[in-house]
Amino acid sequence: MRSFGLLFVVAAGLWLLPVASYADDAAASPDSDAAAPAAALRDFASGVGALNGDSFDDKIAAVNFLGGLNDPRAVPVLQALANDALFVTSDNAIVLKSGDQYLDALTAKPVSIANPDDLSEITINNRLRGVLQGVLGQLSLLSPDPALRIEAAQAIANQPTADAADRLSAALAKETVASVRQAMQATLSLIDLRSTDRARRLAAIDALSGSTDPRVKGQLETLLTDEKDAELQKAAQKAIASITFRLKIVQVGVSLFEGISLGSILLLAAIGLSVTFGVMGVINMAHGEMIMLGAYSSFLVQQAFHAFLPARWLDAYLVVAVPVAFAVTAGVGIVLERTVIRFLYGRSLETLLSTWGISLILQQVVRSIFGPDNQAVANPSWMTGGVPLIAGFILTWNRLAIIIFCFLVLGALAALLRFSQFGLYMRAVAQNRAMAASMGIRTGRVDALTFGLGSGIAGIAGVALSQVGNVSPNLGQIYIVNCFMVVVFGGVGSLWGTLVGALSLGVATKFLEPWAGAIVGQILVLVFIIVFIQRRPRGLFALKGRTVEG
Amino acid sequence: MTGNFALRAALPRSSVGLAALALCALFLIIVVPLLNLVVPDGSPFHLADYMVPLLGKYLCYALLALALDLVWGYCGVLSLGHGAFFALGGYAMGMYLMRQIGSRGVYQNPVLPDFMVFLNWKELPWYWYGFDHFWFAMAMVIAVPGLLALGFGFLAFRSRITGVYLSIITQAMTYALLLAFFRNDMGFGGNNGLTDFKDLLGFGLQARGTKIALYLGSVIALGLGLAVTRLVVATKLGRVMMAVRDAESRVRFLGYSVTSVKLFAFVLSAMLAGIAGALYVPQIGIINPSEFSPGNSIEVAIWVAVGGRGTLVGAILGAVAVNAAKTYLTAAFPEIWLYFLGGLFVLVTLLLPNGLMGLVGWMPRAPRVDAVAKEEKHA
Repeated sequence: MRSFGLLFVVAAGLWLLPVASYADDAAASPDSDAAAPAAALRDFASGVGALNGDSFDDKIAAVNFLGGLNDPRAVPVLQALANDALFVTSDNAIVLKSGDQYLDALTAKPVSIANPDDLSEITINNRLRGVLQGVLGQLSLLSPDPALRIEAAQAIANQPTADAADRLSAALAKETVASVRQAMQATLSLIDLRSTDRARRLAAIDALSGSTDPRVKGQLETLLTDEKDAELQKAAQKAIASITFRLKIVQVGVSLFEGISLGSILLLAAIGLSVTFGVMGVINMAHGEMIMLGAYSSFLVQQAFHAFLPARWLDAYLVVAVPVAFAVTAGVGIVLERTVIRFLYGRSLETLLSTWGISLILQQVVRSIFGPDNQAVANPSWMTGGVPLIAGFILTWNRLAIIIFCFLVLGALAALLRFSQFGLYMRAVAQNRAMAASMGIRTGRVDALTFGLGSGIAGIAGVALSQVGNVSPNLGQIYIVNCFMVVVFGGVGSLWGTLVGALSLGVATKFLEPWAGAIVGQILVLVFIIVFIQRRPRGLFALKGRTVEG
Repeated sequence: MTGNFALRAALPRSSVGLAALALCALFLIIVVPLLNLVVPDGSPFHLADYMVPLLGKYLCYALLALALDLVWGYCGVLSLGHGAFFALGGYAMGMYLMRQIGSRGVYQNPVLPDFMVFLNWKELPWYWYGFDHFWFAMAMVIAVPGLLALGFGFLAFRSRITGVYLSIITQAMTYALLLAFFRNDMGFGGNNGLTDFKDLLGFGLQARGTKIALYLGSVIALGLGLAVTRLVVATKLGRVMMAVRDAESRVRFLGYSVTSVKLFAFVLSAMLAGIAGALYVPQIGIINPSEFSPGNSIEVAIWVAVGGRGTLVGAILGAVAVNAAKTYLTAAFPEIWLYFLGGLFVLVTLLLPNGLMGLVGWMPRAPRVDAVAKEEKHA
């Protein structure tokens, strides 16, 4: 997406080069016959005609006139002018270029242009550009797109003028969409704060006291310093207090969302660890590297889509990346289990060391192949952007998608453990290995598959992490300590423990952050866990049974 | 009588071991300084100046490995946070060295170290008081790691946190310290750490003589450390430590205080690690928060495992061997180093559970940790 934008800018720049030389010519010969005579500004048609005026002053007058008409037809024309896409044909008709075709500026119907070289572009300068932006902003109030109307209303709040206030009032009278009305009213109230009429100021303060916008709070605070009237001062103070309170609530909401988002990432990253730790009693220090491999798998799938499939399919790469990452990391996990880990059962400290060694090797392998730098994994277009819930708080799609995805994975895993035969075997081996073996369960096979499952889930976590962070060989190292904290806090081998552990750690971290700073927040959480584990050495949701000791 | 016991415990039992020890001591104390100071520069036997602090560094690492072997090899407590004790000792020494710079820093402030002037600090934080005295700094080198180990160990051992759980929370401890020391607000120089040291007790750190003296100090510290740890494991306390390692519950049922035994080993080990860090810093010339990173601490465990845990001498051998290999490989084949280190972790745990010392036949009582531990686990 970004590269297309860049192309566009470059293309626009190339366009400007001949235009600039043309402008010089025109300035050198003012009696050039290319210029049409200035028409009297009567209606839309004459206004559009006047855009091709002799001087920039004439053009500015025409733009202002068109803006004053409040005619939606003027928007595409003025936008074309601002984008250097408005042309005069050889018979003095004005056309605008839209994509590959040309449209008549008055009727918006396509016209056929025999030879594009016959067209002469209507030039603009910086002063005209400024005027155009202002007029376009006001005209956007009439745009058919509600989002644009809200944007326009908010833009006026930044530079309020009496003229703009009148237009806004007019637009408000016609407006039907509630959210747009709200934005317009808020802007009007902001303008009214500076009114000379005391009653209007008071009304504006009352209207604004329900806002959640920090800018409104700032405006009210400046008002408070200038205001002489005691009653108004009191009202303003009350409004500020109420906004501050609302902002605090919003802050709580933001922290909660960010905390759940962080928690769901931790949960995805830690849940595989919890499975291998719980069932096999194996500390897998290479778990972080499984996450890293998953992230690199999604990078490779993305590159494959770029290389072999049409561009419109690119958005689907993530859907393919999930099973690919699962397969790759599960495969690596099973190989590791069969070649190294199975020889170390019952010696958990040795397993810890050897898996650490494996993690070093995996990191270096990836570094040797892909280099030490970050790889770019782009969000698919359906995951970019977000929904602004209230001022200052945007629910981003990628975080939301990860939260949902994480619970889907958790649900699938819980179902697998609860309802499948393999899940039954896994639980049996976790509870009592010797008894399970004597009942005919092939514990070695269950171990290998469990390790594969845990690694595969780590791979899926890697796909999710590639959507919110950097993909580098060190990716796993960043998460490994926190993963262990989640598992130890929640209780080994308990899915619910991991869920509660991850979410509470995520939320706690994000709530501590604004109060203590990011790093101190993290330190506090670590210290809390170290102290907590003294009280409950087996975590929140400890498995109960005779085999727990040892 | 007790003196006799101490001597017999600290020295190797066999005559071969005694001879090997004497040879090592002779080489480290006499041959190395001679090769550096007396043999002329051009001679092929001359030991280059940079080699002396390098050897000193290996010895500091060896002392750290020895400290870990005491708790891991004899008490079954695999601490993955020993790098933290090492770094804390190093920071205590670094703070003394910073104060010694005085007004010779870039900003020429007689009291504040450069980084504090740079951060616009007006006065020395209270926890820097006293570090201009050598004796105080040395007391802190031992006290700070010791107290941290005492507090942390008391909480952990009292709640009977064992095995991998303990390993993980020690890792969390060093990770939390890593994060904390990275902060500029902490007053320990942030991510640059402490550096630009000038002199120690009035001797310039760049001088040949000082370097040799620091190196010899490391040799002596390691020798004393080895003697003390050997003494400890030879006493009845050492026997109980090994019993705790092999069958903790049984020792508890027999009426011993497992918590106290573990705590003693842990605190002693942390103090040794602190001393190692304090000797390391003036020889290397810098201490920064990366010493706290969990990876460093895990690497110490592999030194011990390579040498053979539960042997003390093996920890020293392992630390020197792995670090010598690291020095060579990171210079000659930088790509290969992590493969080598990773492979070492895997192969040693799989094939050499008793390390290098297990290969050497004359180590008569290589402890069989695993058999008993396994038996308990599956009981």
